[in-house]
Amino acid sequence: VYRLHGRYYEMAPNVVPMDYTKDPDVKLPMQLIINMPELKENPFKERIVSSFSEDGEGSLSFNDFVDMFSVLSEMAPRELKAIYAFKIYDFNTDNFICKADLEKTLNKLTREELTAEEITLVCEKVIEEADMDGDGKLGFADFENMISKAPDFLRYYFKKS
Amino acid sequence: DGSDDIEGGSAVENEENTKETDKGKKRATPRTRRGHARGRDRHGDEDDEDDEGGMRRAGPRRHRSRRRGRAAGNEASDSDMEPAKARKNQANQKSKEDDEEDEDEKGGKSGKGKNEKKGDKKSDKKGKKEKANKKKKDKKKSGSGSDSESEEEPITEEELAKLKEEVEEKKKLIATLRNKPWKMKKKLSVLKEAQLFVEKFEGALGKGKGKKFYAYKVMMTKKWMKFQRDFENFKTACIPWEMKIKEIESHFGSSVASYFIFLRWMYGINMILFGLTFGLVMVPEALMGKPYGSLPRKTVPRAEEATAMNFATLWDFSGFAQYSVLFYGYYNNQRTIGWLKFRMPLSYFLVGVGSIGYSFMIVTRTMAKNANDDGGGDDTSFNFSWKMFTSWDYLIGNPETADNKFASITTSFKEAIVEEQESRKEENIHLTRFLRVLANFLALCTLAGSGYLIFFVVRRSQQFALEGLENYGWWERNEVNTVMSLLGMFCPTLFDVISSLENYHPRIALRWQLGRIFALFLGNLYTFIIALMDEINLKARYFLPFTMFDRSLGNTEALQSATDTSLEEEKIVKYNMTIWEASLYNGTIPENSTAPPIQVDPADVPRGPCWETMVGQEFVRLTVSDMMTTYITILIGDFLRAVFVRFFNYCWCWDLEYGFPSYSEFDISGNVLGLIFNQGMIWMGSFYAPCLPAINVFRLHTSMYLQCWAVMCCNVPQERVFKASRSNNFYMAMLLFILFLSTLPAVYTIVSIPPSFDCGPFSGKTRMFEVISETLEHDFPSWFGKVFGYASNPGLILPFILLMVLSIYYLNATSKSYKEANLELKKKLQSVRIEN
Repeated sequence: VYRLHGRYYEMAPNVVPMDYTKDPDVKLPMQLIINMPELKENPFKERIVSSFSEDGEGSLSFNDFVDMFSVLSEMAPRELKAIYAFKIYDFNTDNFICKADLEKTLNKLTREELTAEEITLVCEKVIEEADMDGDGKLGFADFENMISKAPDFLRYYFKKS
Repeated sequence: DGSDDIEGGSAVENEENTKETDKGKKRATPRTRRGHARGRDRHGDEDDEDDEGGMRRAGPRRHRSRRRGRAAGNEASDSDMEPAKARKNQANQKSKEDDEEDEDEKGGKSGKGKNEKKGDKKSDKKGKKEKANKKKKDKKKSGSGSDSESEEEPITEEELAKLKEEVEEKKKLIATLRNKPWKMKKKLSVLKEAQLFVEKFEGALGKGKGKKFYAYKVMMTKKWMKFQRDFENFKTACIPWEMKIKEIESHFGSSVASYFIFLRWMYGINMILFGLTFGLVMVPEALMGKPYGSLPRKTVPRAEEATAMNFATLWDFSGFAQYSVLFYGYYNNQRTIGWLKFRMPLSYFLVGVGSIGYSFMIVTRTMAKNANDDGGGDDTSFNFSWKMFTSWDYLIGNPETADNKFASITTSFKEAIVEEQESRKEENIHLTRFLRVLANFLALCTLAGSGYLIFFVVRRSQQFALEGLENYGWWERNEVNTVMSLLGMFCPTLFDVISSLENYHPRIALRWQLGRIFALFLGNLYTFIIALMDEINLKARYFLPFTMFDRSLGNTEALQSATDTSLEEEKIVKYNMTIWEASLYNGTIPENSTAPPIQVDPADVPRGPCWETMVGQEFVRLTVSDMMTTYITILIGDFLRAVFVRFFNYCWCWDLEYGFPSYSEFDISGNVLGLIFNQGMIWMGSFYAPCLPAINVFRLHTSMYLQCWAVMCCNVPQERVFKASRSNNFYMAMLLFILFLSTLPAVYTIVSIPPSFDCGPFSGKTRMFEVISETLEHDFPSWFGKVFGYASNPGLILPFILLMVLSIYYLNATSKSYKEANLELKKKLQSVRIEN
């Protein structure tokens, strides 16, 4: 945590205090955070940051910062990661991953290299495969059910802090 | 009851007291994280609480209520606590938080997760549970009387058990705390409480050192996990060319990458073969055998000495290269050499047999492993979803790697899309079947046509030979060669065109393509050999500079012809040699062996024919020319073409990049076949030329780099990128077949052809495998030889073979039944899932 605090401090030395005993209310804006080297290449960086931020606009206090790295760390359990992964992929934050969310995810993943029909095909397939309750979008239960069977999930959510 | 009230009251009181002491303890605890001064603290605690004396059970109750109080501190919902206490709790928690953070810094622990939305609900539930626990406990000990805060009193069995239960609960809580999506602050407080409790009571239960040990154990486990992970990373980093292959995979798809993975695997096998031949055959002979020039077989004959060092001769692997450890003929037939008494002939024989055996074993083992991998494929159920949600690697920090990752994700999606489209394709069954039959018919026609062409050409060349080759120009002399090369170049393209009729899944189409090209090469070879039979029988040794597909069987017949002729020659030479010796002795009878041997320079001694070395040379020349051909094809066919298309596109009539030449695609089937045939050559030739594996290692190494570069630079990905089948069993099956074919000639020569009398480690014996019986006689105790003799009795071997056949049948039957059972289970799983 000490190291994390060091990183946090580095990003905005004039704002972040060294002493947290008085629990100050300091938040860093999103722009600074997504320029961190661990996040820079990530296509989902804005989503990651906004899902951890308390005020929903992407500013992270130190607690949120620690939170973010702890969930992404190797010590966090699978269920917790699943919860956060769901939030990351839910672009319109309606607690469901609908088709528009899927399309946005896909575009970010492939940097828009797929044609429109390929995109629709993939999104339809995803909904077909994972939607258990038949409402045309993925609820958290569907998502968790699908992720829990995935062999690769844990591997890709690890980060050394 | 009254007692309960008193307890309630005193509990509150105690809480106040203990809060103060807790503060003290808290300040102490960060520095005593692993519990050194805990004893001190605990005693302090106990002294303070030693009010009424007697009942220890108040202890747990007190702790619980304190925990409840703290847990409820964050919410306004818990109405048991008075506001003052609530505020105090908050203050406690805040400072605890800081302490906790300090602790974390010192311990290096990373923080625990938080969840803003769901935390409150869960903590509510937890609070209620704690209350329920407390009530339960109260009821349980309702008869216990007034409470006491001392833990020093002897604990009865029952209470001990209850305490243990509590401690276990708390431990579980600590362990699962990470999983709870509570707010960070809440988690910290709960954790702190639980830890304190556990510390306190583990000591009371006599496990004072337990906590230390437990913490030590935890640390060691963490370190061990980290070490394991680092080791895994290191192992992955050690795999040669892994990054290159990953790069290719991300840009070109897994089928192209599978070729390179196959290449790498072959490289591994060749390394081991190289190790065997180099270490056990070449090095001992070089170090401990008689040096160059001491024996006739080790010296360049006088006639050739003048040109022995020319580059042209060396490139042709004659001259000095021929008379060296690189080839069979150099080895002496002494039973043991050097001070180590290294048994050279035995080692040579065993290495030859052993390398074949090893190759068989490893190919079969890889096939079995691949078959296993294939069996457990329940991963198609969430294919697209997984690709979408789990393919991004969050650890990527490097832009280039990110580029690769994007490309690979796109490729993987495209592959999956192709699979999906294939499965959705609606087929007009009859039309497709008709087209496929038509395509196969056309392919057969092509094969027959090429066979006939070769036959015709060979016959013509025989005619030319009869009339004397000097009368004809270059074309006639090399007709057979060029025709075979041209066929090898154009027929595969023809097969490609035909396969577009068939409309198969690309992976299946690739297999058909491979099969057809294989058939083409084999067919060509057979017709070639049949046409040559007459010629061979006329004893004109027809060693062509074979091109890339004159392998395996072609050389079997060449071998046969070579040995036939050399046997004849041998007789002639032996006769000549006796005459020559006689001339040396000036007429004395050769049987008089007591005559002093006349010193003759070894270079002058007439030599017998050494067909094994000649065969070895042929193989080596073949390999080298094959290598050259491949490299030149890559450079010209791919690179120059790409350069041409790129730079001439500006001044050309039609769009070169999309139109005719365009960039070439990576030819998977051609390359794979080339690799397999090449390996077949190595297997055949390594018995006669121990240097072959070394040459092949070098060749594979350079070929890997060259092809990786060429692929990334000059090729474009195929239009329909398809996923290679997970099992490479198809390649393995072909490899196994070629291995079998390649070992046939070597085994045949070992068993039925007498080795040359004048060269090699087996000279002088009637059969090569006699070295084994010789060893058995001399080096093993006599009963061993008897046992062996009994064991090789046909009466024993036949039942053994029968037994093996039966066991194969049985295993086959059981494996089939397992597969069926597997499928049934999978279907059941699917139907259960669909129902849900």
